[in-house]
Amino acid sequence: MTEKSNITLNINGRNHAIGVEPRRTLADAIREDCGQTGTHIGCEHGVCGACTVIVDGEPVRSCLMFAVQAAGKKIRTVEGLAKGDELHPMQRAFMEHHGLQCGFCTPGFLMLAVGVLEREPDISNEDLLDVLASNLCRCTGYQNIIKAVRAAAAEMRGAR
Amino acid sequence: MSAPTKGSGTTWVGRAIRRLEDPALVTGQGRFTADLPAAHWVRFVRSSVAVGKITNIAAPEGAHVITAADLKGVKRIRPMLHKFNYIPVEQPILAEDVVRFVGEPVAAVVAMSEEEAEDIADQIEVEIAETKPLVDARDAIAKGATLVHAQVPINVIVEGKVRTPDFDATWKGAHKIIKVDARSRRQNATPMEARAGHAIYEASTGRVTFTCTTQMPHLMRTAIADVLGFPESDLRVIAPDVGGGFGQKMSLAPEYVVLVWLARKFKSSFAWTEDRRENLIAGFHSRDQHVTLEGAFDKNAKLVALNADILANIGAYSCFPTTCGVEPLMAMAEMPGPYDVRQYACLSRGVITNTCPMAPYRGVSRPVITFVLERLMDKAAAAFGIDPIEIRRRNLIDKFPYTSAMGLVFDEATYKQTMEMAVEHIGLPAFRVRQKEARAKGRHLGIGFATFSERTGYGSPAFAARGMEITPGWETVILSIDPSGFVEARIGSSPHGQGLRTTLAQIIADELGITPQLIKVIHGDTDRAPYGWGTFASRSLVISGGATLIAARKVRAKLIKIASHMLEAAPEDIVLEDGAAKVAGTDRSISIAKMAREAYHQTHRFKGEIEPGITETGTYDPPGTFSNACHVAIVDVDVETGRVAVEKFLVAEDAGLIINPMIADGQVHGGIAQGIGNALLEEIIYDSDGGILTATLADYLPPTAHEIPPIELHHIETHTSASITKAKGLGEGGTIGAPAAVINAINDALSPFGVSIDEMPATPQRIRAALRAAGEAA
Amino acid sequence: MKPAPFIHHVPKTIEEALAILAEVAPQDGRVLAGGQSLVPIMAFRMARPAHLVDINEVKGLDKLAVEGGKLVIGARVRHAAFHKNVVDGPLGKLLTYVVRHIAHYPIRMRGTFCGSLAHADPASEWCLVAATLGGEIIAKSKRGERVIAAANFFEGIMSTSLAEDELLAEARLPLLPADAKFGFYEFNRRAGDFAMAAALVTYRVAGGKIADARVGVGGAEDRPRRIPEAEAALNGKAAGDEAFRAAAEAAAKAVDPLEDVQTSGEYRRDLVRAVVRRALEHSA
Repeated sequence: MTEKSNITLNINGRNHAIGVEPRRTLADAIREDCGQTGTHIGCEHGVCGACTVIVDGEPVRSCLMFAVQAAGKKIRTVEGLAKGDELHPMQRAFMEHHGLQCGFCTPGFLMLAVGVLEREPDISNEDLLDVLASNLCRCTGYQNIIKAVRAAAAEMRGAR
Repeated sequence: MSAPTKGSGTTWVGRAIRRLEDPALVTGQGRFTADLPAAHWVRFVRSSVAVGKITNIAAPEGAHVITAADLKGVKRIRPMLHKFNYIPVEQPILAEDVVRFVGEPVAAVVAMSEEEAEDIADQIEVEIAETKPLVDARDAIAKGATLVHAQVPINVIVEGKVRTPDFDATWKGAHKIIKVDARSRRQNATPMEARAGHAIYEASTGRVTFTCTTQMPHLMRTAIADVLGFPESDLRVIAPDVGGGFGQKMSLAPEYVVLVWLARKFKSSFAWTEDRRENLIAGFHSRDQHVTLEGAFDKNAKLVALNADILANIGAYSCFPTTCGVEPLMAMAEMPGPYDVRQYACLSRGVITNTCPMAPYRGVSRPVITFVLERLMDKAAAAFGIDPIEIRRRNLIDKFPYTSAMGLVFDEATYKQTMEMAVEHIGLPAFRVRQKEARAKGRHLGIGFATFSERTGYGSPAFAARGMEITPGWETVILSIDPSGFVEARIGSSPHGQGLRTTLAQIIADELGITPQLIKVIHGDTDRAPYGWGTFASRSLVISGGATLIAARKVRAKLIKIASHMLEAAPEDIVLEDGAAKVAGTDRSISIAKMAREAYHQTHRFKGEIEPGITETGTYDPPGTFSNACHVAIVDVDVETGRVAVEKFLVAEDAGLIINPMIADGQVHGGIAQGIGNALLEEIIYDSDGGILTATLADYLPPTAHEIPPIELHHIETHTSASITKAKGLGEGGTIGAPAAVINAINDALSPFGVSIDEMPATPQRIRAALRAAGEAA
Repeated sequence: MKPAPFIHHVPKTIEEALAILAEVAPQDGRVLAGGQSLVPIMAFRMARPAHLVDINEVKGLDKLAVEGGKLVIGARVRHAAFHKNVVDGPLGKLLTYVVRHIAHYPIRMRGTFCGSLAHADPASEWCLVAATLGGEIIAKSKRGERVIAAANFFEGIMSTSLAEDELLAEARLPLLPADAKFGFYEFNRRAGDFAMAAALVTYRVAGGKIADARVGVGGAEDRPRRIPEAEAALNGKAAGDEAFRAAAEAAAKAVDPLEDVQTSGEYRRDLVRAVVRRALEHSA
């Protein structure tokens, strides 16, 4: 054990004042200390992408960042995607195109896709496939995730 | 016999409606085991050596550490088969005097956080007098090999043998004998959510609620209560949202027993979340088999006899409840696959080694036997100088019911039709032209076919035939309408991604004339759901679906009876639609909600003619049914590096009546992705000391979106009499056919080089080694 | 898989960072930049630094500019910075091409160029770039500053000539001549995985002949390096299949291949042959 640092994490616009050891990963802090369990942990070594969140506009692996490094930054998780009852186009597309089965990897894929498309709305289909290869899904065989993200990308572009 | 695809007089069945499961899962409101808060966190100290005697366990002062010595009175896990020379071996919950595989739990550390538990676990010193392990099954059955368990001679724990009466004579008279010596390497099912458990003691009742990521909540309750020796009624097991299972979450994890023991003993809450390294090392493995298969053909390339030798490495212990017989015995029973062959001999052995125990993994044995059998067919085709399609045409079953040499009854299916459909859609002649052109430019394309049967909806007799002490065949569904008119189905199955809440709701909706969105399907809670077996073996839509249909028909009958009473009309004039009972040809109707109120609150009006309430039970134990498919893979083999890219994948499948085409296709996609992973990428590798070299996801390689090609699906829907819903299972087919199709395609691509790749995964290293050994002409 | 405890230091200036590093380095202190390589090995507890000197808030380390004919890359510059062209000419194009091969998009958001060099994974794309192009490493410590040539920097698998109290403050890559050609190819099992072999080549064509050839190979040996035998097979030859094959063959012969239980030395040479030739083909 080392001394805990008192920090504030801003998740989906809400401040969470927490005390964490420096070694607490952002993923663990979001889940355990802030109670936002929609972000999942699949490997804790940066390969599977289940823990992907958006930090200051950048999609990142929250298992490869320490919570203390995220203090004062704007963190977005799957819980913040919908506006009230109105789902984000990406969430709707995943439902419409059956882009999820067990749903464990889904929050990571949603945040990855939203994070990248917000930065690069005109990304090519080929580059988008590269992006989606960042995360692992064991249920869907990716076919419908790709379909869903392409559909949502078109909708997000149209809404600009 | 195929029937029209959709619109056969039904409303919801056959429609690709959105899943009822999804809104929670896409908004982060799913609830998985690791989401629960706990007072105490548990970390397991695992053996770092494969085999040896434990001489000392030293823990830091003040640490809360549990070892086998603390678990006095706790029984060992004892999976049981009553046939096939099965020798029961017992697995201690924590290693007692010896360890038998790297990763075996030796001690449990309890602390206030996961970090702290890991800090303490790191400081625990386990001294083990290490001896030489047995890692490979062939080494374990060699003369003079040491014994992994003293009571298992020559390390063979289960042995199946069969030889049909005319086998020898037929073999002698054969025109050609074709042989395949195949190897399937070890894999890990790798659900994205690793295992996890959370046990909490409830002081008011003295009960423990155990939440875990399992495919079989009731079996976990039975097993844990048995091992710890207390009544099942004192244990509630909950399978909340479960992040994939694929078989790995069927078996009893000894870690789970420790958690429930801790909760009862210390009257508090205890959680364990398996990390990825633990999962890859100790979270149950699969496949790891040697299969030698010989086929005897007559002069017309008709298969007349098959001779199989199956050696399945089952790891250090048998798994509960299926036992380690599941792989070798299913392989023996189903080896002949979809082909008509009357003479069959097989020796199938399960071999104990100093490796992680095996559990079922999607497809169980059939990905391996299909790969071997389909290699045999391709090799035979080459030997006879005929097309791989033609040899299959001559040998596929086409009369039903068909009773196999092993006595399995194959119900109506479309083995030849799906193959012809696949050949047509893939454009075989055009591919051959393209292949030739590519070869001229030094590019090596190949096409591979796999035809197979997928036995689904196993009823209890199928398990009994294997001599299983536990025969998880039937399912129960309790369907009720509450006084407010809402419909709830409580089911014993335990879906975890298959969309069963949606598909069962579609079945119920058609029977009751309501929309699926109004139906709640409750599962995964032993306090709420009827005893059942869970979700595995492509069974839930067949068996739980059948039980649902039975229960729904009973509820329908009851609603019609109530409506007939309330509307004063003849039962045969009542139709259920739009949430109401209507008198056909009139404007008289009454809503289900009103009938429900009456059934609970105004029962005196029934004058004793109708029982109060609306709750009906359906139980279904089917004979079993066979789905079938033809898979086609087109690959591009980079002969310089050995890398294989799958360019396209096509499936023609017959899984009976499709309840929800969107969900069905999703199951097939996912299965194929795992099959491609099995064929090309995924391998658990042990070193000669029994240590694991692939303990990260940078070393054990599930495919990414890049490795999975576009998948084209075609369906035929044969309505079988072996399933009352007319649906056959399809959860495993993708995984069963894909490895064979991919590896046949690789061999097709490499045919100019005269090599045969008969090992999976077909890694670039293996492909290059084969090409190098062949001298790489072409 | 939770990291062992450490003390987290967050200096704001380079002087402060170097002072802390000087103090904690002997007590198992390490620099934390993007963390995309260090944090995973900490999760496996294969690394247990007692102190992390987090440079993410140090001012002045985000420099990305051309100075004196060299591209200067500060210690806080992320991989993703190279998604866009950062410098005109072939070097900028080379970097945008290579960066897409580094792990995955979210990793590139955090990981840094200099952090990759300091981590010195033999399969690292940036290490290969630095070694092939003749980059320089600027190492700063409380004791002073020194410039290390890339050729003298990599010492083995995850081993460099950086002293424990030194911060890899910036890397400098020489600009490529306007007429330089480059080619890159890497081989891995899955998209985004570590390269099992990778090659980077640059050269010019003068009077129809290859000149100033540089052939770097990564992932095949314990460190990335230029392969003089392959360069010799190119210089003075016409750019084309014959020279490319000869260079690939020379490289395959010259390497001292890493071997493991799956990958024989023979196979690694096969890969070197393939990646060098394909990098050359990519350049043409």
